[in-house]
Amino acid sequence: MNLDFSDEQKFLKEEAKKFLTNEEALKKARNVMENDDAHFDNDLWKKIVELGWTGIRIPEAYDGLGLSHLELCVIAEELGKSLAPTPFSSSVYIFTEFLINFANDEIKEKLLPALVSGEAIGTFAVTEDLMAPTKENINTSVSDNGEISGKKIAIPDAKIATHLIVVAKHSSGIQLRLVDLSDKSVSIDHQKTIDETRAHYSVSFNNTPSLLVGSQSDGWSHYNHVINQSAVLFAFEQVGGAEATLEMATSYAKERYAFGRPIGSYQAIKHKLSDMYVALTLARSNCYYAAWALNSESADFELAAATARVSSTKAFNLCSQENIQTHGGNGFTWEYDCHLYYKRAKLLSVNIGSLKNWKNKLVNNLEKSNTH
Amino acid sequence: MDFKDTTKEAEFRKKCHDWLDANAPKKDSSKAISGVNDETEYLAEAAKWQKKKYDAGWAMLHWPKEYGGINASPIERIIWGQEESKFDVPRGVYDIGLGMCGPVLMEYATEEQKQRYLPPMAEGKEIWCQLFSEPSAGSDVAGLRSKAVKDGDNWIINGQKVWTSGAHYSDFGILVVRHDPDAEKHKGLTFFFLDMKSPGIEVRPIKQITGTSNFNEVYFNDVVIPDSQRLGEIGDGWKVAITTLMNERLAVGDANGVDVEDAFKLAKKQDDEGDTLINDGSVRDSIADWYCEAKGLSNTKLRTMSALSKGETPGPEASITKIVSANKLQSIGNFGIDSMDMAGMLRSDEGVSRSFQNAWLGAPGLRIAGGTDEILKNIIAERILGLPQDPRADKGVAFKDIPSGN
Ligand SMILES: Cc1cc2nc3c(=O)[nH]c(=O)nc-3n(C[C@H](O)[C@H](O)[C@H](O)COP(=O)(O)OP(=O)(O)OC[C@H]3O[C@@H](n4cnc5c(N)ncnc54)[C@H](O)[C@@H]3O)c2cc1C
Repeated sequence: MNLDFSDEQKFLKEEAKKFLTNEEALKKARNVMENDDAHFDNDLWKKIVELGWTGIRIPEAYDGLGLSHLELCVIAEELGKSLAPTPFSSSVYIFTEFLINFANDEIKEKLLPALVSGEAIGTFAVTEDLMAPTKENINTSVSDNGEISGKKIAIPDAKIATHLIVVAKHSSGIQLRLVDLSDKSVSIDHQKTIDETRAHYSVSFNNTPSLLVGSQSDGWSHYNHVINQSAVLFAFEQVGGAEATLEMATSYAKERYAFGRPIGSYQAIKHKLSDMYVALTLARSNCYYAAWALNSESADFELAAATARVSSTKAFNLCSQENIQTHGGNGFTWEYDCHLYYKRAKLLSVNIGSLKNWKNKLVNNLEKSNTH
Repeated sequence: MDFKDTTKEAEFRKKCHDWLDANAPKKDSSKAISGVNDETEYLAEAAKWQKKKYDAGWAMLHWPKEYGGINASPIERIIWGQEESKFDVPRGVYDIGLGMCGPVLMEYATEEQKQRYLPPMAEGKEIWCQLFSEPSAGSDVAGLRSKAVKDGDNWIINGQKVWTSGAHYSDFGILVVRHDPDAEKHKGLTFFFLDMKSPGIEVRPIKQITGTSNFNEVYFNDVVIPDSQRLGEIGDGWKVAITTLMNERLAVGDANGVDVEDAFKLAKKQDDEGDTLINDGSVRDSIADWYCEAKGLSNTKLRTMSALSKGETPGPEASITKIVSANKLQSIGNFGIDSMDMAGMLRSDEGVSRSFQNAWLGAPGLRIAGGTDEILKNIIAERILGLPQDPRADKGVAFKDIPSGN
């Protein structure tokens, strides 16, 4: 029995933490938020590339480190804790995984080494309007000669990305299409979001050339597979964020006095923080299990991923909002960092589908596993 | 990361499972979870099961051989617990003895006493109870007032305990009393064990909201306890009590009763119109929440086991268990009754709906016993997060001068 990370993985986590603290990742997130022209922190991103993190899951044959999902999980937690403003999640959890899982050798040879070296950055496009994307409401189309037309919204990091996976409709079914974002037929517009530390865009395609990734008609299940994988990594980011906010609230509750005593000696505050601890602990344990299920391709992986995603979304929402409450008026100021976490928590709680959708997925999986 | 037992653990698990399989029936989730209908019968069954376990060495496995154990490691103890929980066996009667009284004797009793009391406790021949709470001392158990006065080699006890589970069928009990009301609250306490058949003890069952009586008032009228049955020094009663309460929090784990799987099964059943509750968004929402809590707890347990398996000290994460599981039980119990709509008001005698009603009726007690939700939240906040204690009106003052509200 070993539901824990190995000593090497824990060491990697510790190194990641030191690195992100030294780099003042949180301050950099604030810079991005406060500077309209900054869409990510290029300097931090370059250093992350140098550390090899973009190649963690990429096989050694393609210049990567050939490590497992578990190494990615520990890094995700630290990224979530520090709010590091980089395209890591779009490029590493999602784009890279589309290629590793479904691309042909030609695409892999061209792009995987470039992802490792930082020459390429990838992201993904699925949503088209103000509804959850489904197999039925994808309208962006791909013709028989591979040209894409349509418009996608809420795409993270599109401006700095070099490549994009588009979920598009072909006459034979849903397909994943790889697009080179430097193509002239692509137009990219910034979209203001609730978390300005993470820039998002709309992207229009006008007969844009593209390559097929994966099967002719099974793109929707490919998409779901990668999104389920990413759910585990985002859940680790959320656990990191929840822990950071619980720590902030706890230390503030020890220092701030009201009515002649630390506010942390009032039970209303104690019980609030204790509820946060409980939510965080449940989420963390479910994340560990999901990390194992992901890494070992366990049959209950989808259920485990949804369970981790739901628990972590709840934990980070709760912790980030009650952290503001614990800070009183200070918590509502631009100056304090509480709102950065509040905003990141909300962004992460919808970025790959809302809580309601993941709960539904969870129960769907219970239903499936109960029919046989 | 992996979920495999080590070879040694796997061998041990198989040994547990094989023995249980040969000696006990498997759980059947279509039947009501056994409650206590006839207490005498239930006690007899529990005693039979305990004796069987004792004879085979499973009763108190982490104890040394001479007291009836097999020197098992913490991880083996957990493995046994996991395997036993898959079988439908009587539970609860010996938990207080084995989970709290046993450990305290092990730490504070003389060798002779250990040899006299531990094996019959493990064997199920003698039942023990915990006499801590009093009318004026529950959460604030150190506020207790039952008196002990030294009389030669004996102590004379007067006062009253309350909520004592199983006192009416117990042979022995552990007891905290006040020997010095002039000392500070936590310093005037002393700890004993005693024979529940001692003259001067009167046990009066209290009827619970379930309609049955498992806890009692216990009155002491000049009850004599030999000084040799004192555990710890005079005035160290609080220290000994805290050791016991720590063990209690380890012993009271998951709430026993219906869980998310039962709620899910219920939600899948069709009503008269062929509709199922599982298609209702609010039901799906609740089931997802309960599933995350249930898995969160079992995965937390796996993390604790992982630490033990590596020979490390587990983190404080297991302290969330009772608070989460008792509240989940209450919420699932409510769901089971609500799901029957108007008919939910009718008390069932058997079957699954009775299990939901039992959960709903029993859960309020679980949220109180062994540390209330509020006290557990204080403990998480103070011991784990390191927040300061509440201001106290009872520190640095003689016990008799502390405000008591009456
Ligand atoms: C089913 C059952 C079995 C039991 N078995 C035993 C047994 O075998 N032996 C035994 O000794 N005892 C037993 N108890 C007693 C149990 O330990 C106490 O009931 C419990 O500790 C609460 O004490 P109380 O009933 O005096 O409530 P109180 O302590 O008066 O609490 C009343 C309310 O006030 C709250 N409260 C109290 N202090 C604080 C605080 N500091 N901060 C915030 N809120 C607070 C409580 O959370 C609760 O909501 C049992 C109880 C139950 C329900």
